[in-house]
Amino acid sequence: MLTLKCPYCGIQADETELSPGGEAHLTRHGPGSSDGDFHDYLFARQNRRGVHFERWRHAFGCGKWFLAARDTQTLQVFGTYPAQVLEPPQHIRDAINQSQN
Amino acid sequence: MKRYSAFAIAREAARHHLGWERAWASPEPKSHYDVVIVGAGGHGLATAYYLGRNFGITNVAVIEKGWLGGGNTGRNTTIIRSNYLQDASAAIYEKARSLYETMSQDLNYNVMFSPRGVMMLAQTQHEVRGYQRTAHANALQGVATEWISPQRVKELLPIIRLDGPRYPVLGALWQARGGTARHDAVAWGYARACSAMGMHIIQQCEVTGIRQSDGHVTGVDTAKGAISCNKLGLVVAGHSGVLADMAGFRLPLESVALQALVSEPIKPIMDVVVMANTVHGYMSQSDKGEMVIGGGADGFNNYTQRGSFHHIEETVRALIETFPMISRLKMLRQWGGIVDMTGDRSPILSKTPLDGCFINCGWGTGGFKAIPGSGWGMAELMAKGHSPLTEAFGLDRFREGRFVDESVAAGVAH
Repeated sequence: MLTLKCPYCGIQADETELSPGGEAHLTRHGPGSSDGDFHDYLFARQNRRGVHFERWRHAFGCGKWFLAARDTQTLQVFGTYPAQVLEPPQHIRDAINQSQN
Repeated sequence: MKRYSAFAIAREAARHHLGWERAWASPEPKSHYDVVIVGAGGHGLATAYYLGRNFGITNVAVIEKGWLGGGNTGRNTTIIRSNYLQDASAAIYEKARSLYETMSQDLNYNVMFSPRGVMMLAQTQHEVRGYQRTAHANALQGVATEWISPQRVKELLPIIRLDGPRYPVLGALWQARGGTARHDAVAWGYARACSAMGMHIIQQCEVTGIRQSDGHVTGVDTAKGAISCNKLGLVVAGHSGVLADMAGFRLPLESVALQALVSEPIKPIMDVVVMANTVHGYMSQSDKGEMVIGGGADGFNNYTQRGSFHHIEETVRALIETFPMISRLKMLRQWGGIVDMTGDRSPILSKTPLDGCFINCGWGTGGFKAIPGSGWGMAELMAKGHSPLTEAFGLDRFREGRFVDESVAAGVAH
């Protein structure tokens, strides 16, 4: 079973305790943006086979949203981090680079 | 191609079965084809077959990374039905179901289509209203379904427990001409018919790149070298995002794992297909006697072709409540397939931003039942540039807000 560590409450949570929320780090295009940008924000997804940054909610725990870096082909988890960032923090990128070298 | 017939069996029996030829050829790829289809699953092979049969386009290659029918075509629970709410869905699924009726004769290959009836149980008042609405919609669409009472459910399916502890059976949506077919035989039958028309089926040949110039597709790079083509069809289900990335556009798709499992074979206990969407499980009995069971898909992106264990537990728990007699069955094997889900749970059969490149994907959890209809529509789209069957399923429906919202109609896996 997939387990992820909630970065807020520190619990190593089972998949059944979490709700998946799809791709992370989407840029929101709001009023004034082009139709194409808004379409991509709403619908277009990378759906990558490999490293995937994604949103999760600790639904049956603290209830907060957090982000995770995970490999969709091997289910390896590179780490989790709070949702208030625009891109993956350095230690997550290091963990990904390390596993791929 | 030698035809299969009772006479052929007698002829071969008389000469020690030495005269059977291979069902399809495995040629080396040529450098150019009029049409290249990527993906030799049911949908890809059906597309190639109807390109040849309906439009006379036979200079076609079907390229497959693994082996023929080894993806979701060989991993589904073989259910065929067309009781959909939306007109566009009912049209393409009913086209598919009607083609299944005569497929064995058309392909001269026994696909074992068994119209044993599909029963979708209603176990909440909400579902009762939903299925009655679907039955009315189907009547207008010309799809033969009916709403049946719990008593009729019990007559058709004596092993069911109507007064379940959590969710009693309140009735069902019944499609008498739905059923099952042999999933591998569908792929094999189409492959044999395609090969007989002179098409090339190239297995063990992964596509590594898509060539284009001036916004028009010119060919593909593969493990067996470059192949040029005038038109390209991407029919690769769960890996559509990977191919779209090569072609330079993104899709509104997410790939997740959907699981199924089969039990040990037992004597015949049910001769219909049952789907219980509230408690989330579906089951039928194969001709070998195994109970074929399907359940929910994972919610997170996944390419591993195996699913989360807790889904098996939930599915089996739900089915045991409804069918207590299966509680001591042993399960033989379990597997997963990668299904590509769109936001509105309807497929994409469409032109793409790359001229000459067409895509058929997004069938999600309901692809097998649609194979012939999907191939029929996709072939027409590729040959003529438009098709009434695929019109509603274009990529631009997301931009324009014209969803074909079957996630509401089906509720769950379908």
